[in-house]
Amino acid sequence: MSKKRTGVFVCHCGTNIAATVDVARVAKEMADENTVSFTQEYVYMCSEPGQESVVQAIKDNELDSVVVTCCSPNLHEKTFRDNAKRAGINNFTCEIANIREQCSWVHNDKAKGTEKAIKISRSVVRRVNRNKPLEAIAVNVTRKAMVIGGGIAGIQAALDIANAGIEVILVEKQATIGGRMLQLSETFPTLDCSQCVLSPKMVEVKRHPMVKLMTYSEVQDLTGSVGNFQVKVLKKPTFVDPDKCKICDHCTEVCPVVVPNEYELNLNARRAIYIPYAQAIPASFTLDESACLGLNPVVCGKCKDVCEAGAINYDMRPEIVTENVGAVVVATGFDLYGQENMPELGGGKLEDVLDGLQFERLISASGATKGHVLRPSDHKEPKEVVFIQCVGSRDPAKHCAYCSKICCMYTAKHARLYKKHVPDGRAYVFYIDIRSGGKGYEEFVQRTMEDDDTLYLRGRVSKLYRHNGKVRVLGTDTLTGQNVEIDADMVVLAQAMVPSKGTTEIAKTLKIGRDKDGFLAEAHPKLRPVESVTAGIYLAGAAQAPKDIPETVAQAGAAASKVIALLSQTTLSRSPLIAKVRPSHCTGCGMCVDACPFIAIRLENGKAVVNEALCEGCGSCSATCLRAAIDVKNVTQLQIHEMIEACLA
Amino acid sequence: MSEQQAYEPKVVAFLCKWCSSAGSDLAGVSRIQYPPNATPITIPCTGAMSPMYILSAFNKGADGVLVSGCHIGDCHYIEGNYLARRKMHLTMELLKFIGVEPDRFRMSWVSAAEGAKFARVVTDFVNDLKPLGPQDKLKKVVAHD
Repeated sequence: MSKKRTGVFVCHCGTNIAATVDVARVAKEMADENTVSFTQEYVYMCSEPGQESVVQAIKDNELDSVVVTCCSPNLHEKTFRDNAKRAGINNFTCEIANIREQCSWVHNDKAKGTEKAIKISRSVVRRVNRNKPLEAIAVNVTRKAMVIGGGIAGIQAALDIANAGIEVILVEKQATIGGRMLQLSETFPTLDCSQCVLSPKMVEVKRHPMVKLMTYSEVQDLTGSVGNFQVKVLKKPTFVDPDKCKICDHCTEVCPVVVPNEYELNLNARRAIYIPYAQAIPASFTLDESACLGLNPVVCGKCKDVCEAGAINYDMRPEIVTENVGAVVVATGFDLYGQENMPELGGGKLEDVLDGLQFERLISASGATKGHVLRPSDHKEPKEVVFIQCVGSRDPAKHCAYCSKICCMYTAKHARLYKKHVPDGRAYVFYIDIRSGGKGYEEFVQRTMEDDDTLYLRGRVSKLYRHNGKVRVLGTDTLTGQNVEIDADMVVLAQAMVPSKGTTEIAKTLKIGRDKDGFLAEAHPKLRPVESVTAGIYLAGAAQAPKDIPETVAQAGAAASKVIALLSQTTLSRSPLIAKVRPSHCTGCGMCVDACPFIAIRLENGKAVVNEALCEGCGSCSATCLRAAIDVKNVTQLQIHEMIEACLA
Repeated sequence: MSEQQAYEPKVVAFLCKWCSSAGSDLAGVSRIQYPPNATPITIPCTGAMSPMYILSAFNKGADGVLVSGCHIGDCHYIEGNYLARRKMHLTMELLKFIGVEPDRFRMSWVSAAEGAKFARVVTDFVNDLKPLGPQDKLKKVVAHD
């Protein structure tokens, strides 16, 4: 092997690196390396002049490999590999040494920081010495997408993808699509009726020829990689044939089982056979197996007897459907932070203390009280209502550290809607700050305060308890420094938004990361806000972070455009950093075959053979091989041993 | 005592690309300070971690070796960290057998969201290594050969 001609490019990153790392010294030390024939430092290597100088230097100095010592490879590995290619050398001979996130940003001591930066850079220079030119592997793309979650985010993403002529499978866990938005009464800041905005979209997505709707279904498993995922979806039995069901309602009249209605957030009850909502899509009843007396004509069977359409079928069984898709959008939405976490506010056990979503159902024309504001305990109109913001939000010591973003706005909306329903009522709002950034939002809050005469009190509530048939609210008005005591007829808590139940499981199934609060993690907070860390899986809506409807719709559109861009390609390139066998060393012991999590290795004529289409390049095989006969390309054992040496020099 | 304070253990930290390396990036983005003793090497997966790397690091003069991967169950490659856990446990036994203090080797699980945890893991490890002093068992054996 002729000696490598490596160029090392050291970035100052303004002062981000240069303030705590002596960049000139890093460049000088690298120049002393045997394989390095050119070094350069520059204030912003990723800027256009910086990139140009890399290209020029490769050409002028006949470099065959490049090390850029700068920020994390997650940011600019692609940038500089593209430049290497532009300069006419193989892009896989370019590597990044991360001396920003892993060094300059975390060490204040310049002398020690510089030493570490030199070690990191040197280890990457040694690695590059043995990097082989590789070509990305071309793979075909399955031109079909899956959207998980049928709320507004999922519906919007599915429609946008389908309108581009790409088939979409929309998977929803519940019996109807619509999600949280379907439960809302009106939306801020225009007070549009939520269902009037959403229902046409639900119908559109159902009728769209490119959309396949799978309700009452859950994603169980995902394998494969970008462009070619295989997804296993569990279709739970509804025991009602949606094509035959005429939604005549006769079955609910005879069903003897009464259970709390989760769609109405337990404000009323439903039967074991039910339709979540009159305009549900698909327009069909669902038999809740867990509540039903036994799916057996001998035990009950009343619903089947009265169903004239013959839609009820007790023999339906769970079904697992495998779908091949090229991309996935995850839009699994949010739940509210549980009241049980806040015993001082009743812990969910105090009557007439509602959460925000329950209040939405209470004032909704389609809700349990047909839009009349009646408190649950005695069905009387509440004349004094206290709204409490930041319940569980912005409380790093005990609850969620983050701001749930939408509560200021929806509390103002609740206060206004309450006043519309009960003009002689009095609304109080406890708040910490009012955060009303958004088009028309500040004006909306001002009108709630001024026109609707809502009393805004700046402070937290310390305790809620029942007192003489009312809910006593003990709080503080920090602007006057006075303690406040209100005997309210009803209290509404604006609880924090948390990732929906099951987000942990879906993140595990899809192998996408979550952030410290449990929301799905985006690949980069600024530059890649709708991509997950796993290529080909995109994020939309409140599953990624608390957000309101316009933001959700915008993000869903962005995720859809990413999917469309991906699936518009006929082939994709896959990383060529996969396992390679050295047949002369292989004894055919088969240990790598057992270690491979992807079943990508098999024995053929007593030698291990790698299936390049299946190998993901994890390297478990190489760590198992006793004879170093199998290695991941460009991450070989020899390279790692030399990197270790460089780290300890 | 002053000699103790002056001693700075040399650590090689093997980080998996998907979780712990991303976690160390987050520590950087969050500007969480930790001792500069550990030099990171990013590997695709802790499953690719050969016990040879650990021995190699010790015989090249490391005072401590850290291996950090995705939480159990969260491996990007399905089960790489399970393989790693088994192998690292055996490596620990091997180190004991050949007379290297097992405390010089540590395995941790740091996700991409745990920047603060990454900083804490490194800080704790470096602090725990200091009382052990320089590692010369494995280094010497090789040197005499």
